[in-house]
Amino acid sequence: MTLVYLVIAMAIVTYIPRMLPLVLLQNVSLPSCVNRFMEFIPYAALGALIFPGVLHSTGDNHLESAIMGCIVAILLALFRCNLILVVLGGITGAFIVNVLI
Amino acid sequence: MNHITNRLQFWAGMKVGVPVAVGYIPIAIAFGLLARAAGIPNSITILMSFLIYAGASQFIGVNLLVLGASYSEIILATFILNLRHFLMTTALSQKLEDQVSKTWRSLLAFGITDETFTVSALQNEKKMSKYFILGLNTIAFSSWNIGTWLGLFFALSIPDVVKASMGIALYAMFIGLLIPDMKKSRPVLVISCLAIVTNSLFSWLPIFADLSNGWSIILATIISATIGAYIYPEGEEEV
Repeated sequence: MTLVYLVIAMAIVTYIPRMLPLVLLQNVSLPSCVNRFMEFIPYAALGALIFPGVLHSTGDNHLESAIMGCIVAILLALFRCNLILVVLGGITGAFIVNVLI
Repeated sequence: MNHITNRLQFWAGMKVGVPVAVGYIPIAIAFGLLARAAGIPNSITILMSFLIYAGASQFIGVNLLVLGASYSEIILATFILNLRHFLMTTALSQKLEDQVSKTWRSLLAFGITDETFTVSALQNEKKMSKYFILGLNTIAFSSWNIGTWLGLFFALSIPDVVKASMGIALYAMFIGLLIPDMKKSRPVLVISCLAIVTNSLFSWLPIFADLSNGWSIILATIISATIGAYIYPEGEEEV
């Protein structure tokens, strides 16, 4: 039963950072340099989310398959393939190396 | 008329959410498996995915439980891990249509994850409809919960090599989101590379060994976006 309280507490501390800015910053116009900073947040976050985390994404000691998956995904993305294709291509690339090694 | 537009927006949101949903399935399956192996009751695992709805937090939560950490430690770790969403929802608050009510905003906020945020932030529209975000959140949330159930009840039959390979899914999605904009825009190229370098330094340099993954990502994001705003001030170059 106490686990339920833990889950609820975790849910609350997860929800607060999601909710507060969205609700409190309604109709607040930020200065232009802050706006520019905000415009860049998604790209900066994407870079930081991808690397180096991706290296461990296919399990520990599976570096080769992660790199292959990355290469396939990068190539497909460079050729402006549909996002789902990029995802499936990445998985397939990693899978092939995982099977071969 | 408006009714139809809203429905179209909802479906558009569902559609851009498909890659997120595809990416969530294997991770949610892995979570279900891990929680089961760790001896967490199924009802608690299902409740976690339903109420917390945050991959990294749930994994860390289960890991810490297994390690015998105290509840306060687990709650603190969860909070720190999710601080990055402050940044993301701050950015998103500027893109949501102005007339969206506070009630709606607090409802939509529940569905903001790294993935739904990046997908919506990279849409070309200047302002986004609440129904668009609702559609995106709906498909992503459903997939996360269905995946958790699959992991709990059906995943033992999935070969390990398939599960391991599917772990790259969300990263491939991030790559697919980022690369086209890197090609188009120099500031994007510079800023995302900066973030990669900064985060690598935080992850690999021994002096930053005490910095958790969550903090590394937050700091790398803030530093790179700040440098970006400094070298590419507003009006100089379109992103």
